[in-house]
Amino acid sequence: MSQVEIPVFTAPRSLKPVVTHFCPGCQHGTVHRLVAEALDHFAVQERTIGVASVGCSVFLYEYFAIDVVESPHGRAPAVATGVKRALPDRVVFTYQGDGDLAAIGTSEIIHAANRGEALTVIFVNNTTYGMTGGQMAPTTLAGQQTSTSPYGRDPANDGSPIRMAELLAQLDGTRFSARVAVDSPRHVIQAGRVIREAFATQIQARGFAFVEVLATCPTNWGMNPVQANQRIAAELIPCFPLGTFKKIESQS
Amino acid sequence: MDQRLFVKGNEAVAMGALAAGCRYYFGYPITPQSDIPEFTARELPRLGGTFIQAESEIAAINMLLGASACGMRAMTSSSSPGISLKQEGLSYMAGSELPGLVVNICRSGPGLGGIDASQADYFQAVKGGGHGGYRLIVLAPHSVQEMYDLALLAFDLSDRYRIPAMLLGDSVIGQMKEALIPHPRAQVELPPKDWAVRGKQEGAPQRVVKSLYLGDGELEAHNWRLHERYALLEARETRWEGLHTDDAELLVTAFGITARIAKSAVRMAREAGFKVGLLRPVSLFPFPREAFRTVTLVTKKVLCCELNTGQMVEDVRLSVARDAEVYFYGRPPGAGSLPTPEEFAEQIARYCGGAA
Repeated sequence: MSQVEIPVFTAPRSLKPVVTHFCPGCQHGTVHRLVAEALDHFAVQERTIGVASVGCSVFLYEYFAIDVVESPHGRAPAVATGVKRALPDRVVFTYQGDGDLAAIGTSEIIHAANRGEALTVIFVNNTTYGMTGGQMAPTTLAGQQTSTSPYGRDPANDGSPIRMAELLAQLDGTRFSARVAVDSPRHVIQAGRVIREAFATQIQARGFAFVEVLATCPTNWGMNPVQANQRIAAELIPCFPLGTFKKIESQS
Repeated sequence: MDQRLFVKGNEAVAMGALAAGCRYYFGYPITPQSDIPEFTARELPRLGGTFIQAESEIAAINMLLGASACGMRAMTSSSSPGISLKQEGLSYMAGSELPGLVVNICRSGPGLGGIDASQADYFQAVKGGGHGGYRLIVLAPHSVQEMYDLALLAFDLSDRYRIPAMLLGDSVIGQMKEALIPHPRAQVELPPKDWAVRGKQEGAPQRVVKSLYLGDGELEAHNWRLHERYALLEARETRWEGLHTDDAELLVTAFGITARIAKSAVRMAREAGFKVGLLRPVSLFPFPREAFRTVTLVTKKVLCCELNTGQMVEDVRLSVARDAEVYFYGRPPGAGSLPTPEEFAEQIARYCGGAA
């Protein structure tokens, strides 16, 4: 009797079959995959343009089999605005970290959202600057030690963590805003669904969509991958609650 | 008969950009250039184009980067302090080999300075401005007509060489009204934009617009490639205007509004019998080095006039024949202190021997 192998799980078409440069236990790879699965789901790989930011995620074009524009630090929402206005029928997304989006690029993200640009923004919050070696980010937790907050983040001196998903949900131009995590199978499945929803928001011409993904940075947290993953539920989620903060079904 | 309009320089530059096929304007208000966003805000929607008043100069230049990465002709404009904010984006555009037009209607500085005409942004414009050792194509209009003409030329050069272009104007050129004869863009053959992102077609290779080069030797090769293109610009695309250079004992040089004043001064001095000529650089980068060298093989004295404390004069000194003498006359701007033709004529008489 002959046997036929039926693949039940394959690599997304929108990702290249390459090994990433990410550290062991880093969750960028997981988030990349979820974004690629969303592009595959809507079959838009051929008409998607990604905008890469500065930080660990700059190598977007090494991993995604799509056209990509590289942006200066924090400016991805402005670059993506130029791309989307030039090519309105393409699917355009930015992929940004917390230093990029919530510190140097605060102005660009708020105004792109406020204009209601039909973009999908994937925001990876790992509470630190990964690429530059673990400095304090706007999302660093109170008391968290980093290379530039060696005594722990002091809210009296450094302010408190910014909750971008809630903040952007306040703006009229934002049509979808949610926060997810990828620390457990349940959360990964949930995150995949939410990221798909964020692309649906753009594809169905509903406007600006934002997804914040809580993710690990084991290297700069000084943890092994398992400890880092456990920290998401123990410390990050209590400060950055998961959920959908805004969802408007009608077209913009 | 050609249409003859009476318009501001700022309107002319916007009209020239639209005639060049530019359909994307991104900008932020600042005096004395706000007529440009006001004009494009009114006209672009009628042409099916896009106007965005950005939240900052930084956002505006990055929107330009994005539209240009898609192969579109796009522009931004500002004035000196706003142009400083655009330097990051300009460096990324230069590194990413993206064309585009940036208009600088200069005002005076440093800092908030004032809104008077100034040429103190010469160094910033022609020496790079942002980080990383790049050049822009820099053209300096000296009339309303040239604001229009050079906007057209800037887009063609920028597309051909994949180098961002800057029009270096000033508040007088931007604000004054003169006759303008608009004309359609010249039909020149330009290389296809086969590098522009468009959403990867089925089976087509991926396109990436970027300035990060980390591979062994990649960045060095990238910089040499850019350098060679700048050298090509210098070899092919310098532009200048000469006046009475054949028999001149003294060569006056100036760009932009200062050249306008210098032209009147040269005419007055000629009428008074002084053998004086004028060489006006139209392209500030590439700088017309060879023109200066050739003229100063015969004319041994050069007077460089600027609305600053001496910037272009450095490039003049580097360009002239070895035994030529270069003098400088200029001043930083202040309220109502634009030099008069008589003032320049006095300087001409001072350096020009053999007065009639």
